[in-house]
Amino acid sequence: MSDETTQPGIPEPEGPTELIDTDYTIGQDNIEGNVGPFGFDIHNPVFMISGLSIVAFVFYALALPEQAGAIFGWLRPFLTSTFDWFFLSAANVFVVFCLALIVLPVGSVRLGGREAVPDYTYVGWFAMLFAAGMGIGLMFFGVLEPVYHMAISSPLGVPSPFTEDGQLIPENVDAARTMGLAATIYHWGLHPWAIYAVVALALALFTYNKGLPLTIRSAFYPVFGERIWGWWGHVIDTLAVFATLFGLATSLGFGAQQANAGLNHVFGVPENVTVQVILITAITAVALISVLRGLDGGVKVLSEINMGVAALLLVFVLLAGPTLTILSDFASGLVAYGKDLPALSNPVGREDTGYMQGWTAFYWAWWISWSPFVGMFIARVSRGRTVREFVICVLLIPSLVCVLWMAVFGGTAIDQVLSDPATSAVKAQVIDSYNPPMSLFAMLEGLPLAAITSVIGIILVIVFFVTSSDSGSLVIDTITAGGKIDAPVPQRVFWCTFEGAVAIVLLIGGGLGALQAMVISTGLPFTVVLLLMCWAIFKGLLSEKR
Amino acid sequence: MFCHILAPVDLAHVDRLTRALEVAADLARHYDIGVTYVAVTTPQPGPLAHSPEEFAGKLRAFAEEQAAKHGHRADAKTVVSHDPAVDLDHAIREARKDLNADLVVMGSHMPNLGDYVWPSHGGKLALHAHASIMLVREHED
Repeated sequence: MSDETTQPGIPEPEGPTELIDTDYTIGQDNIEGNVGPFGFDIHNPVFMISGLSIVAFVFYALALPEQAGAIFGWLRPFLTSTFDWFFLSAANVFVVFCLALIVLPVGSVRLGGREAVPDYTYVGWFAMLFAAGMGIGLMFFGVLEPVYHMAISSPLGVPSPFTEDGQLIPENVDAARTMGLAATIYHWGLHPWAIYAVVALALALFTYNKGLPLTIRSAFYPVFGERIWGWWGHVIDTLAVFATLFGLATSLGFGAQQANAGLNHVFGVPENVTVQVILITAITAVALISVLRGLDGGVKVLSEINMGVAALLLVFVLLAGPTLTILSDFASGLVAYGKDLPALSNPVGREDTGYMQGWTAFYWAWWISWSPFVGMFIARVSRGRTVREFVICVLLIPSLVCVLWMAVFGGTAIDQVLSDPATSAVKAQVIDSYNPPMSLFAMLEGLPLAAITSVIGIILVIVFFVTSSDSGSLVIDTITAGGKIDAPVPQRVFWCTFEGAVAIVLLIGGGLGALQAMVISTGLPFTVVLLLMCWAIFKGLLSEKR
Repeated sequence: MFCHILAPVDLAHVDRLTRALEVAADLARHYDIGVTYVAVTTPQPGPLAHSPEEFAGKLRAFAEEQAAKHGHRADAKTVVSHDPAVDLDHAIREARKDLNADLVVMGSHMPNLGDYVWPSHGGKLALHAHASIMLVREHED
């Protein structure tokens, strides 16, 4: 009698002591059956509650758009201005926690058992981390944010290099330029990746080492015990599905508007709802093909292609832009980030509330509300890494890549603004009139081959949405199947299509902004949840063999 | 006639494979050859096991049980797949190649409209594999 696997080095059983001893069997609450010729295998009641409540909220946003807009339009600034100190403090805790895991002895615990080998190479792994995590944000904010922080938001009170009537103030230039980059790097560096790392590590640990299903509720076993299989768990999983689907659908709606703006800029395609609906349909169709080809044949391949094209665009801008200035920005941005980090992350006694509440607290709420989706996806592809390797790779390396991206795109844009303010398209689109979707294309306009690079930019924006959409559909499918990875394929088709349909309905009927504000609002309860996760991770790691 | 039988099994639904398992065992005895039972699992915990190793142990036990029950030589092979809902056909095809099996005996459902959208695993295997494929219906009209 022999046994083989397709992957060498699958670990020997570690013994029952490290597994959590629970009577719960994965899928025990599931309902299996057929709708016509198609089979299904769904968790009861998470699937039904998630699906129905999403439909109910969409109806609410469509039926009473003014009320929904007013409530959620008020809720978001209320949360970010009232709980700014809480978001900032919590994010600091996550960074310190992750950095501690790198140096503490528990960092040697391997996800999946002592002998487990990684499922994916570094290239495939990083590509998927990035594409799911923040790829689209880099496209959207890479130019916008450094320029905005340099000239308008005045982080830590650093004055703008422009007077109110647009005249350059030479003595303010150096400090504003450096602060523009440092303040941006702060939002894309250690803190967001620490948020993702906490959720991903919690899920990976409790799935691969403790034997619990790959759903969000599993990370709460140390807190709620066996109650996570009941309504506590149902609520947690439903909230995660809710945040993920609305997060994706609203982003898909806004993404279509951005891509439409780009197409209008390059090809003169009219900006209207019809074009945007066609774009959403196309993005959803490509995402469908991707999920039907599976994690390895679709999602991973698309992520790698996407990251390859993004890297090419990065190298092009680096070489075609002011190369030496960019490299110098990269170094000075990093130094300034290190130097200003304590002040930027200080949660109390700040005077730069426009930056701190309008940007930082908003970002932290946004990353946190997305963390169940991104964290679960990262967990799914991270088996076989040690905790130390995991944290270094999820925290430090993506942060460095983000710094480089911001230095290249933001540095080039800042250079264009400062060297020729009168004719700079970036200044016109970001400082003179606030037109975020156009900022990337405005920067590319100042470089050679703008027609080609702008098309590449549009393609990247679209494909980054596809890579978020396909990985999000897999995550929602797994959660609503009670942690089963091999649920029937029609279910993932349903979620992918449903997400596109919700985006189209909200785009046509209005309510995208209201629901995005609601998604961000879920960041507040999830912040508490993430803090509990830190404790659960530490407790779980202590009981592991090293 | 044949040298090696591969029998794909879904350990969660063995009750739906009764006839296919019996046919595989009958053929194995008839030609005096072995059957390798192949099953696909995920790196993540599932309904049957917490880990791929635990799953492999259960499949081994299943093969031993079949061997004792039907009196033929039996082997087991666990395939770990990142996304079995989609990669199952490919995993079985690769397993057949690795094992050099020249006959695959597997259970198959009655055809329905859904097969026009997602063809059955057996049908796809017969389309691509360089071996004989025998599909056994659990129930016949």
